Amino acid sequence: MKATWKIVVLTSALLTFASALLHTGSSVSAASAGQVTGTVKLDGTAPHQKGIDMSKDPSCAAAHKDKPVTMENVVAGANGGLANVVVYVSQGLAGNEIPSSQPVQLEQKGCQYFPHVVAVDVGQHMKILNSDQALHNIHPQSTKNAAWNKSQMPGGPPLDVTWANEEIPVPVKCNVHPWMQAYIVVVKGPYGVTDDSGSFKLDNLPPGTYTLTAWQETYGTQTQNVTVAAGKPTAVSFTFKAK
Amino acid sequence: MPGKAFAVVVVIVTLVIAYCVIAHVWWMPVDISVHGPNIDHQIEETIFGAGTLFIAGQLVLAAFSFLYGDSKGARKMKSFPGGAKPLIIFAGVVVGIEILVLSFVGSKAWGSVYFTPPDPDSVRVDVQAGQFAFYFRYPGPDGKFGPLHPELINEGTQNFFGLDTDHDADSKDDIITAELAIPVNKPVLLTLHSKDVGHSFDVRELRVQQDFVPGIVIPIHFTATQTGRFEIVCTQLCGLGHYNMKAYLEVISQADFDNWMKQQAAMQ
Repeated sequence: MKATWKIVVLTSALLTFASALLHTGSSVSAASAGQVTGTVKLDGTAPHQKGIDMSKDPSCAAAHKDKPVTMENVVAGANGGLANVVVYVSQGLAGNEIPSSQPVQLEQKGCQYFPHVVAVDVGQHMKILNSDQALHNIHPQSTKNAAWNKSQMPGGPPLDVTWANEEIPVPVKCNVHPWMQAYIVVVKGPYGVTDDSGSFKLDNLPPGTYTLTAWQETYGTQTQNVTVAAGKPTAVSFTFKAK
Repeated sequence: MPGKAFAVVVVIVTLVIAYCVIAHVWWMPVDISVHGPNIDHQIEETIFGAGTLFIAGQLVLAAFSFLYGDSKGARKMKSFPGGAKPLIIFAGVVVGIEILVLSFVGSKAWGSVYFTPPDPDSVRVDVQAGQFAFYFRYPGPDGKFGPLHPELINEGTQNFFGLDTDHDADSKDDIITAELAIPVNKPVLLTLHSKDVGHSFDVRELRVQQDFVPGIVIPIHFTATQTGRFEIVCTQLCGLGHYNMKAYLEVISQADFDNWMKQQAAMQ
């Protein structure tokens, strides 16, 4: 009896030590991590974006009385920058990146999704808010993650969701307001989403050689190899040709 | 005493209901269609027939409970001559005649909507129902609707109808809207089709209520006689968002309609 206890205690002590060793050995501290910064540009003019008529739901239409809403399939900003492009590491991750700890947010406002494209790390928390006077249902059309469809009352509590598997992209729709469309891009590891000027930033990338992929909802993907050095930013740029 | 009290209550309830119906306390909204008077007339006739029977039945019930409800002592139970079988046959025949008469009289109103061919110069609008919204399609300047490719339906690009504008010349100028605008006093022909389950197109003021049946294109035509904004609602339970499935009908002058069409074309 006594011998069994000893074995159990010894084994668990060893295991704890081993896992601690593994952990400290592989994790990359923020200081030694590299960074990728860059821009995504659109070569040419963005295609015409159809207008959205929200008259079906007067509370939605009222939110846009002064400014008509258009679709956001291609959003080109100043200086040819292309917004809503997700840049992520498609090859070369060693599994020792620092996971993104801050939750990302997807807000339903004026019967539109903000942001229109949201990227999230596997396991990272995502907060979904309804800031409208209307009821929405959030219906991600996922194929690699468990599919779900939840309603959210006006002023209802935020939903907190996580994604188990990489999936690029998960189209999200609201069945009550068919014009509403967002894309959740579930990636593994660091990612960046371009802003209106087309710039993005990937933090916490350990030094090494990677394949970066830029995904845009209309134009698809582009890839590029990049070597990241410790402690300094590496510049990368992508260009999508307007169609 | 309880028998007499019951009789009094029955009479009061009957009178209140009869008053509400006869005085149009909760009545249908004003009719704005050319065919509407036929339907309203039919509804009035049906209510008159059914109401007369209703009042008669309630009065007989009240009279019997008033006269015999409180009597003491055993009374011999009397049954319908011949027992239950003739009673059921008798009731079946009476109800059958009533329904046949209603359908015969009502066929005129029904025929005025469904057996009258649409005006060849009708404003044509293709209506698509889907969980949980209506979308409308106008043929554009060429007057032709492009073919539908359901596999191309993509709400993310607002291709609600599944049009292939790259390959189908007729689809290029089709105008898709979320609101149904029609010119006043002009015949309108709608073609209803559903992209998923059963739905219904109901505009109370137009006296039009027609189901969508998946897989079938159902034409319905009418002429609106008054301008205004009216609700189009789905009256066939179609899923969780059914309560929110609606759109608006905008009946406007021809000039306003032409302007509206230009605005919608610019939004495509």
